[in-house]
Amino acid sequence: MLNSLSVLSSQSPVVAPQGAGDMTIPLILVLALPAAGAAILLLGGRRTDRFGHLVGTAAALGSFVCALVLFFNLLGQPADSRAIQVDLWTWFSAGRWQVELGLLYDQLSALFLLLITGVGSLIHVYSIGYMAHDDRRRRFFAYLNLFVAAMLMLVLASDFVGLFLGWEGVGLASYLLIGFWQHKPTAAAAQKKAFVINRVGDIGLSLGISLILATFGTTSFAQVSELAHEANTGVLTAIGLLLLLAACGKSAQFPLQTWLLDAMEGPTPVSALIHAATMVTAGVYLIVRSNFIFDLAPDARSAVVAVGTITLLMGAAIGCAKDDIKKVLAGSTMSQIGYMIMASGLGTVGYAFAIFHLLTHGFFKANMFLGAGSVMHGTNDDVDMRHYGALRKAMPVTFLTFAMGYLAIIGFPGFSGFWSKDKIIEAALGENLLVGICAIIGAAVTGFYMTRLMLMTFFTKPRWEEDVHPHESPKVMTVPLIVLAALSVLGGLLLINDWIVKFLAPVVGEVHEHHPPIPAVAVSVIAVLVVAVGVALAWFLVGKKDVPREAPEDVSPFVTLARNEFFADAFNDEVIAQPGLKMIKGLHAFDDGVVDGAVMGGASAVGGLAEVSRKLQNGFVRSYALSLVGGAVLVLLALLVVNL
Amino acid sequence: MSLPWLTILFLLPLLGGLVVAILPNRQDGSAETAKRAALLVSLLTLVLAIVIAVRFQADGGYQFTEETMWIRLFGAHYALGVDGLGLSLVVLTAILTPVVILAGWNDGANGRFGERAFFAWLLILEALSLGVFMATDVFLFYVFFEATLIPVYFLVSGFGGPDRVKAALKFLIYSLAGGLIMLAGVVALYWQSAKITGTPTYLLSDLANIDFGTSVGRWMFVAFFIAFAIKAPMFPVHTWLPDTTEQATPGTSVMLVSVLDKIGTFGMIRFCLELFPEASRWATPVVVVLAIISILYGALMAIGSKDIMRLIAYTSVSHFGFIVMGIFVMNSQGLSGANLYMFNHGLSTAALFLVAGYLISRRGSALIASFGGVEKVAPILAGLFLVAGLSSLSLPGLAPFVSEMLVIAGSFVWSPWAAAFAIPAIVLAAIYILWMYQRVMTGEPGEGVIGMPDLNIREIAAVAPLFLLIVVLGFFPKPLQDVLNPSVDHTMSEVHLQDPPAKVGGEEVK
Repeated sequence: MLNSLSVLSSQSPVVAPQGAGDMTIPLILVLALPAAGAAILLLGGRRTDRFGHLVGTAAALGSFVCALVLFFNLLGQPADSRAIQVDLWTWFSAGRWQVELGLLYDQLSALFLLLITGVGSLIHVYSIGYMAHDDRRRRFFAYLNLFVAAMLMLVLASDFVGLFLGWEGVGLASYLLIGFWQHKPTAAAAQKKAFVINRVGDIGLSLGISLILATFGTTSFAQVSELAHEANTGVLTAIGLLLLLAACGKSAQFPLQTWLLDAMEGPTPVSALIHAATMVTAGVYLIVRSNFIFDLAPDARSAVVAVGTITLLMGAAIGCAKDDIKKVLAGSTMSQIGYMIMASGLGTVGYAFAIFHLLTHGFFKANMFLGAGSVMHGTNDDVDMRHYGALRKAMPVTFLTFAMGYLAIIGFPGFSGFWSKDKIIEAALGENLLVGICAIIGAAVTGFYMTRLMLMTFFTKPRWEEDVHPHESPKVMTVPLIVLAALSVLGGLLLINDWIVKFLAPVVGEVHEHHPPIPAVAVSVIAVLVVAVGVALAWFLVGKKDVPREAPEDVSPFVTLARNEFFADAFNDEVIAQPGLKMIKGLHAFDDGVVDGAVMGGASAVGGLAEVSRKLQNGFVRSYALSLVGGAVLVLLALLVVNL
Repeated sequence: MSLPWLTILFLLPLLGGLVVAILPNRQDGSAETAKRAALLVSLLTLVLAIVIAVRFQADGGYQFTEETMWIRLFGAHYALGVDGLGLSLVVLTAILTPVVILAGWNDGANGRFGERAFFAWLLILEALSLGVFMATDVFLFYVFFEATLIPVYFLVSGFGGPDRVKAALKFLIYSLAGGLIMLAGVVALYWQSAKITGTPTYLLSDLANIDFGTSVGRWMFVAFFIAFAIKAPMFPVHTWLPDTTEQATPGTSVMLVSVLDKIGTFGMIRFCLELFPEASRWATPVVVVLAIISILYGALMAIGSKDIMRLIAYTSVSHFGFIVMGIFVMNSQGLSGANLYMFNHGLSTAALFLVAGYLISRRGSALIASFGGVEKVAPILAGLFLVAGLSSLSLPGLAPFVSEMLVIAGSFVWSPWAAAFAIPAIVLAAIYILWMYQRVMTGEPGEGVIGMPDLNIREIAAVAPLFLLIVVLGFFPKPLQDVLNPSVDHTMSEVHLQDPPAKVGGEEVK
């Protein structure tokens, strides 16, 4: 059905970085600062408790400054020679395979660097306030620093294996932070689940790297991008599908999506940074970075589009059915990343817009997650929207900043999300009508669930718990909110004059003139109208009625389905976990009874060892010595016999 | 001046062990003097091993060679020498012994023999293990190989859990059985070398040049392979390992799994591949299938284990499967990965056994179910346990990742199917480690865990070198690879192997 996707450019851009020159030190520092922060705070232990949060925040801010220096230097270079590389050292080698631990800084990584360190710094600042009363705050900052370092490694690596280092590094940080409150069994279960499911995705990355090695004899981006066109399409498709599997794990895409909602057990700044703005978008990065593979593998791109489309609808549906504010936002994240994955599967016409949406989403979703954290901060850590209501007066700053994020995500004209989502819908319609329609439906549903969230939280009547006295959060938390709100509004500026498209073109390829079947303006109008329907629906279903404090039980099968996240967990449990555990139990019986029994029994039968062992157990030292002598004699005899 | 470096390296811990055995206890009855002497001897051995490593020139061949005719009738020599692989395992042994002595400072008490005996046997075991990795004569190798059973037997049967005698016997029966089969191979080597060249010889350098012929070569290969498979241990001859580690002290388990079991995979390269190249290529498909079964079987058994020490033993069955697979896919990536894996697995499994040992000694139980919430009362213990576990599941950035990635890539180059069947193990590894961590460390501390003290300075100092190496070698394995890769090239040429060319861009290779 998606075969209409064509090979768009015969030759993807080759990654051909130059030496880093003056920029060597900032490029190393951008990564080294947060890494050092994590090391100091983890190894320093309790001695660093008092100032740990300051060290962590300073490391993140320092890294941001380096990212800015690098970015402005990059802007000063001619467009076709902006990529630079620092090879740190040879990581490992075997035969012809040599893996350099290198940092590749180009237009694509430049944008990620700004997002990771910029939003990352804001979230560090916010966490000073949010985690103020946690006596393990120092460790929290250590993990945040570790995350930032690993994420930077992921987007700076010059080799697929280097990317894998960052890829699992962020997985580890995510594991540690989801389970930060690991005395809670739910948090401990969620952290393990996230890691294990990500490892399923890592099968894709491991085998993908292996196939790239077997095909090209190298795994560096520069060399593979140069050789890709020589490989046959079947191999490239296989590589693409394996990378897609990896992306599904990290970016919580169908069928590996189930961990993301559980990951909301982590402290809310973690949800904002890792499970909304940065780490979960790594799958999109992987696909866009590997454009030289995907450009030549249309079937793999079709699969990418299919996965993205399914997930954007699934996530949106889940967002409609949940009452936990963080889980609504998590469903929304799934859905928005679905848009990005789908766009990246469209090929050259989509890469830049996938990244554009990734950036705007990073702003507005981090904004809203931190806003949700601020709401929780004011309501004794309650996450149930049925216990909120009318919070706009008690928490005006939180409300106003959240509203900016809200307008951005639903695509209100002029706000950042409007521009980025609109471009994706337009590109999707240009490639495949069905996919385009799904994207438009997704936009309508987004309008619905986000309006429902806004109404239940900030409008309608208060349904607060008795001991809750909502209050605004301290400045250290609201200032980051204000900055992110401003970015949510203004993020669209990146599209002025098609800046981001032209900026990324040397990495992801030139977009050739494409003629959408429907004029761009018409697409925008349709999208806005459809969103308006979703918003209105929410107003009539939620805003006009009293919200019950208990979730209604008699709901349609669709709501039940969405509430239970399409029973994916139940499926995994019934089909994989339970039978798996049964099999393992059987294996244990087999190991004890059959394997051990056969070998031990066989040994006894052959050598009369049972008899020997009984003797050994009696006067064991003497017998043992005797048997050794016996053995030695046996050796000698055997040798003599053969010699004769 | 040409010192017999390797002989000195062998004699130092051996004589040290004998001295420790006879050092008198202090007046208060404590064996403190003997223990300190043991630690000193093991540290001196380490220094000597490092000196040898520094003087080693990585060129693929044997160095520090010594050769004296021992038993002319059999062609047996006292011949020592190390190549890159041998050296790496010598250094591993020398690193782990002081670590084990310091970590197990109190494990010798309440044993069946005196406390001194524990440390004396450890040093003797170190000496014999070094001998195994340094021997360049098959007969000498066999003698060392069998002799290691003596200290292990006494370490297991004398110190550890209630069923230790039974476990020690099981270990002994398996090992003797393996040894017996190998003996047949050893005798056959003598017979064949005498028949083909006129004078019997056991020198590796002589044997490598002999073409044993297809059928005899294959028989001898099988004899050696079975012995090494038991040692390694591979499915289906692995059941002695969990039983033994369950009963042995953590230190003994480290010497057993991290050092002695390496003899199995070391022997596969040194003897199976290099002496019987034709037979090795012939056996490859069967061995790889067995390796894949070991990988998956060990991982699944680990998930279902209720005892922490048994769980770790089963993870090793899985890891040894990876090593064997790397050896037998017979390309640079696989072999280089397998060589590196032996060293890295030694470090990470030692870390896991020892930290688990700390944990178990605090609780008096090794059952996973008897723990919960340890992180809250002993965060350093929990943190090190997690890092050791992550190292065992081959997290990138920690040493074992590089070796596992190389083995997976190498097996993929050999056959995508081999890699595809083995790869689920990376998910299973995440499950066995993190599920154990979840049950032991997370949640609220329960009875028996409340009030559990965190690690003391001695305990941290003992394992710190392991963690340091795991992290450093995770990012910078180059020094180790520089030593190992030339011996990989050497093995490849002995077996007449060449890497298959890449599918595209072949002109760059040559």
